[in-house]
Amino acid sequence: MIEVNNIEKSFGDAHILKGISTSFEKGKTSLVIGQSGSGKTVFLKCLLGLFTPESGTISYSGKIYSELSDDEKRNLRAEMGMVFQGSALFDSMTIAENVMFPLRMFTKQSKSEMEDRVNFVLNRVNLPDAHNKMPSEASGGMQKRVAIARAIVNNPKYLFCDEPNSGLDPKTAIVIDNLIQEITDEYGIITVINSHDMNSVMEIGEKIVFLKDGYKAWEGSKETIFKTDNEAVTNFVYSSELFKKVRRMYIEENE
Amino acid sequence: MQYLHNIGTYFLMIAEMFRKPTKWSVMRTLILKDIDDLIIGSLGIVAFISFFVGGVVTIQTALNIDNPLIPKYLVGFATRQSVILEFAPTFISIIMAGKVGSFITSSIGTMRVTEQIDALEVMGINALNYLVFPKFIALMLYPFVISIAMFLGIIGGMAACVYGGFSTLEDYITGIQYEFIPFHITYAFIKTIVFAFVLATIPSFYGYYMKGGALEVGKASTTSFVWTSVMIILLNYILTSMLLS
Repeated sequence: MIEVNNIEKSFGDAHILKGISTSFEKGKTSLVIGQSGSGKTVFLKCLLGLFTPESGTISYSGKIYSELSDDEKRNLRAEMGMVFQGSALFDSMTIAENVMFPLRMFTKQSKSEMEDRVNFVLNRVNLPDAHNKMPSEASGGMQKRVAIARAIVNNPKYLFCDEPNSGLDPKTAIVIDNLIQEITDEYGIITVINSHDMNSVMEIGEKIVFLKDGYKAWEGSKETIFKTDNEAVTNFVYSSELFKKVRRMYIEENE
Repeated sequence: MQYLHNIGTYFLMIAEMFRKPTKWSVMRTLILKDIDDLIIGSLGIVAFISFFVGGVVTIQTALNIDNPLIPKYLVGFATRQSVILEFAPTFISIIMAGKVGSFITSSIGTMRVTEQIDALEVMGINALNYLVFPKFIALMLYPFVISIAMFLGIIGGMAACVYGGFSTLEDYITGIQYEFIPFHITYAFIKTIVFAFVLATIPSFYGYYMKGGALEVGKASTTSFVWTSVMIILLNYILTSMLLS
């Protein structure tokens, strides 16, 4: 479990995170949602250890991150997988080399063992024939799947995704969402996704944390988000006519 | 104040570069790739420039000697001294600040912009060791490039001298052997090693700590070239004062 306890983060005069507390459970897909500038990315970077909160604590399986030594922090990071908004694939490497990279860095596996594992994860993300392509030759959807393959190749305990659907068409976005959820269930990973894609919220939001102006304004799941009368959430999630209709239909069906 | 901050960050970067080394099997590949990119990839332009600038130095020297009492072998002597002491180590390093320095800044800067450096850090990898250390090791072969520049500069001078009719081959060869001081070669290679360190680290600094997008990568490359050149010129002065004065 990841437990976040009252974290605060500022950059100069800008107070970005204002006392956020929440937790993320094993085998669940959790979404952090909110408007642009609400602090989602800073929050995710704090979870990843890229930013250090000024106060509050973040603990991973009971270990408080700020109390770990540098080596322990690096070892913990080796247990994290991250899917970046722009995929962040190493453009000097082929897709297979990208996926193999964490294995080369952190394991003592033989080349054939690493190749077997790369074949397995590339098959798992439905890219069985992409090994020798360069990232620049792959479509946005393929790049995201490669990024997911790279993130899970070393059996991470924690998977973080920063807007994994940005720039993708709706059909590919659903494929990516479902893939992340399946992998989370299958391997019992703690998955935290930053998103403002409402389709993702409805599809895979087993836990949803809504941030507004650096505060945690609401917390729930895809079931409870339909029923909430929290004004900040409804203004954000149901800002489009389509989602207003979906919400009305859901409430009518369940009454 | 910003300058002081940058200088402090630069030295911290150098210290961090040597900490938490990357696995040797991975590092070996990175070093070989950087040797190919930074050293082997520069040989063509260095050879071309050295040969022709060596020729120009010879022609300029020959044309400025109009006193019949000055021996003809002085052309070869002056070419050798110019090429070994200044042209090869310093002038070529300024060229390399443009070629290799811009390559280093833009490749690391692009990795920063596209979050590839964040990806390394998230994985628990010491990104500075992974990115900068192989370049530093690769550029320790830089004296090899400068040796070629020295050789081709003198050969270019010889070609210009003989085929331009400024003196005979025998005079030129006598000139390049005249009053040869082996320490001048040592001096040139000491400078070269210091410049190699500057060429590896200053462009890496500007690439690694850049913020922004594609436009800022271009700006960082330009700034890196300016500061690398300034440091090379400044260190050239300091080292010459220390070693030859």
